[in-house]
Amino acid sequence: MSDYIFYPGCAMESNAKAYYDSLMEIAQPLGINLQEIDDWNCCGATEYVGINLIPAYSLIARNLALAAKMGRKTIISPCSACYLNLAKADYYMAERPSLGEKVNEALAAGDLQYTPGSLDIRHLLDVLINDIGLDKLKEKVVRPLKGLKVAPYMGCMVPRPDYNNRWSDAEHPTELFDVLKAIGAEVVDFPGAATCCGGHMTQIGPETAYELIRRLISSAEKSKADIMVTVCPMCQLNVDAYQGETNSHFGTNYNMPIVFFSQLVGLALGFPPEKLGFGSEVTSTEKALAQIGVDIPESAIAEGKNASRKDFPCRFACEKQPRRKARPQRRQKHE
Amino acid sequence: MSKTPVEHVHARLDHDEDLSLLNEVSMKTAGVSRLEMCIQCGSCGGSCPSEMDMDHTPRTLFAMLRAGMREEALLSNTPWICVSCYHCVVRCPQNVHITDVMYTLKGMAIREKKYRDSTAPDFSETFVDMVEKYGRSYEFGLATRHYLKHSPLRMIRTAAMGLDMLKKGRLSMKPTTIEGMDQLTAILNKAKEMELAHE
Repeated sequence: MSDYIFYPGCAMESNAKAYYDSLMEIAQPLGINLQEIDDWNCCGATEYVGINLIPAYSLIARNLALAAKMGRKTIISPCSACYLNLAKADYYMAERPSLGEKVNEALAAGDLQYTPGSLDIRHLLDVLINDIGLDKLKEKVVRPLKGLKVAPYMGCMVPRPDYNNRWSDAEHPTELFDVLKAIGAEVVDFPGAATCCGGHMTQIGPETAYELIRRLISSAEKSKADIMVTVCPMCQLNVDAYQGETNSHFGTNYNMPIVFFSQLVGLALGFPPEKLGFGSEVTSTEKALAQIGVDIPESAIAEGKNASRKDFPCRFACEKQPRRKARPQRRQKHE
Repeated sequence: MSKTPVEHVHARLDHDEDLSLLNEVSMKTAGVSRLEMCIQCGSCGGSCPSEMDMDHTPRTLFAMLRAGMREEALLSNTPWICVSCYHCVVRCPQNVHITDVMYTLKGMAIREKKYRDSTAPDFSETFVDMVEKYGRSYEFGLATRHYLKHSPLRMIRTAAMGLDMLKKGRLSMKPTTIEGMDQLTAILNKAKEMELAHE
């Protein structure tokens, strides 16, 4: 077993529970021993840093300081935004020592301190590939996902801007592709693999977000994918939960499920779907999983069962909304 | 009578170049921003997935900073439309910390109350309030407060989705508060003191 410090991040407690549950299942057989940071706090997402610089970096650094006391060197974050924030704070505190000093002066008010560079900050996907290894993963596969066409959606904050030189390519990363291949899935050619889901724009500028979500789903559909696979809670939330709003905005009828890579790894390792958080998605995975003979039991789907694309998620006002056509082709830079 | 383009250029060249705004933004940005190194190549705007909704491309915005156009730059919607995807950052031949410059401009616009639409600044401030109160983000509280103020209609439209997320255990009605709230508050207060001195 390899020992890691675990920084789950706020989303794992709420909207990305499926990510948390599936990670907890697959960690043991893969030999990943996770020790959660005691009393960790929010990383500030992309919001805090837009308000106040030194407080934002002090907020992130409190987690680094708590982690550094744990006697292990490597910290795992499964969330892309948390991962980027931790890595960025570590990098900038060293790049600009005056920032590092100020952050440490703030931390001292809470009897903490952090020396930049003392932790190895890693994303779960990186650990799975580079520490555990694809060979070990393949050995553990008991149910290869043969016949499932997956679009590997890595998003932006994991491969970019790559402060600790971890990734194969900033724009066309291959890591997720390799993991999905290792568990026997058929990985489609997906040009949207490292493009943006819109981040927090679903809350503050929905039209901008809908367009980015539309590009992604349309790219996955053109690639004939049955399902999109992500490594990030925000990406999952935007593409899954806001797919209905995107559909009503453009008058489209997309029906593309999106799940966390750990959920598919869990299936391949033989865990039952209800233990991996399947059923908690808004856009149903039932049809996609049925293709590989996996049924999600009724109990897991709970009451959201018949919430099909037609009447969900915005059945109240969808029909009355003006429908906007997709933007002209020349504006779509990343398809 | 309006000026011809050539007259506009000359008008700008009448006085010595004033880089104070550019320097101010650069100094307020995390890490070594390298904003001064921008060569106006346009790779940033050309790489941006949400550029279509921006009033200025990042390149134009940086030219405005260099020209000392404080009012226009802080009023620009560009930083608020930035989705933090870092596409521009990895393509910038000068390694300018473009995304972080956008964060700096947001902060400056908030402090100087220079924005046309308060939705995004309010969202950031509500998020920060929640984190400062509980130590963790609190989506239910954030969404409720934000939608009530800015788009009650959208709240009704998304109610079904919210309910489904609740049923599926993906949305918590109660915030989680960390144990070390006093410690976090002390750290943030100290950091805010320094932030003010820094300005």
